[in-house]
Amino acid sequence: MEFPSELKYTKDHEWAKVDGNRVTVGITAFAVEQLGDITLVNLDVKVGDQLAAGKAFGTIESVKTLSDLYAPIDGKVVELNKALDGSPELVNEDPYGKAWMVVIEATDAGGFDKLLDQKSYADHVKASAH
Amino acid sequence: MTEGTPRKTSLYDRHIAAKARMVPFAGWEMPIQYTGIVEEHQAVRTAAGLFDVSHMGELEMKGEQAGAVVDYLVTNDTSKLVDGQAMYTACCNERGTILDDLIVYRAASDRWLIVCNASNHGKIAAHFEKSAQGRCEFADRSDETALVALQGPKAFDILDKAGSDASKLRELKSFHFRDAIIGNVRCTAARTGYTGEDGVEIFLPWHEAPRLWDLLMELGAPLGLKPAGLGARDTLRLEARLSLYGNEIDETTHPLEAGLGWVVKLDKGTFVGKKALAAIKANPLPRKLVGFEVTGRGIARHGYPLRDLDGKEVGICTSGSPGPTVGKNIGLGYLPTVMSEVGTKFLVDCRGKNVEAVVVKTPFYKRG
Repeated sequence: MEFPSELKYTKDHEWAKVDGNRVTVGITAFAVEQLGDITLVNLDVKVGDQLAAGKAFGTIESVKTLSDLYAPIDGKVVELNKALDGSPELVNEDPYGKAWMVVIEATDAGGFDKLLDQKSYADHVKASAH
Repeated sequence: MTEGTPRKTSLYDRHIAAKARMVPFAGWEMPIQYTGIVEEHQAVRTAAGLFDVSHMGELEMKGEQAGAVVDYLVTNDTSKLVDGQAMYTACCNERGTILDDLIVYRAASDRWLIVCNASNHGKIAAHFEKSAQGRCEFADRSDETALVALQGPKAFDILDKAGSDASKLRELKSFHFRDAIIGNVRCTAARTGYTGEDGVEIFLPWHEAPRLWDLLMELGAPLGLKPAGLGARDTLRLEARLSLYGNEIDETTHPLEAGLGWVVKLDKGTFVGKKALAAIKANPLPRKLVGFEVTGRGIARHGYPLRDLDGKEVGICTSGSPGPTVGKNIGLGYLPTVMSEVGTKFLVDCRGKNVEAVVVKTPFYKRG
């Protein structure tokens, strides 16, 4: 299972691509595998909304289950991926690419330190997959 | 709830080899999916799927009075059965609410088999054993009986390849069963299922199941047969509007409101729950189980409140998911009878978000 090294991760299985203070967020291949066939992505925020790290910004649903999506850092929503509305299957097909979910403008660069790097995240996945 | 380490069926190694995701289910470690719920679901609808349902309970009642005892414990009229015929039924308590839903098989006038849900196995085994006391012999055959379901439009084409006896299973009538030889495995095959597709459910000795599984997979794979897990089983049964114990039915619901009035035969002899059910039937039902389609953006799930268009909570969703074949988000739930007409609009409270839904005709899917 692939966890790109240029990304940061959360324990809740989101990935974050940090580009200056712009942070693109999606969910990891591990999360996608756990969920199965994705059937609905609900982004319950709009551009301009303030998010706090660990706060839900939406939900993702598969055939079997529903899971919350959490913001990895504090910041303001600046972009939403509208393509996921009609094509939730993108999450299965391209979790690190076309299935990005939101772009957050980080308010506190210190929050990046709390994110996991590839290795720590891979260890976390190994531990949670017993 | 069952405590301790989950049990494994004799097909556990096959599931692991097929890379199934295993989950605890009613005290068992069962495959929820292999390659994906939707793919497995579609395989069953268009070709065939193979399910391990060995976790289900198999009870045997033997003796001259066995038929009378069984008939007393269930709501359907098992006296109508002939040898080799089976029947779906509810099993109620004195209040008329549902202890379990069962299939009762008449092997002979003095030998009956009862298949119950894994989640209710202990309760139903105790109930039947107690009722058998002094009247007939009770035996719990669950530990020695494996159960494999072969379901889908190609099920009988696959059996055609499994020898002369297996090829004749397509002559078996719906809800009939007989001893059979599939490949060289001796078993009992019943033309029943829980998917809305044609097919068979195959009973066989516990340790023979891997041999049958391998044989059917080998013969069936070229025809599109796939192993299918509990996830697909759930979406398949939901599209076919088959009730799931613990969702649509439980000890707080009775068969009449659950749309199972057709298995309650108040004109047969006395049975457990008859008095209560007759009293319930004498009055209009306050609520009914309905099928619905979520027309707004959302997926209904078990336990979500159902609201009228003013937002007042009026019912509960018992099951819901995307229907892979019907291509819509569907669900079952209890609504007040006045709101149970097809076309009635209401709201599903999806974790605080009210999403529009409409009562529709069921089953959502019926095979052509």
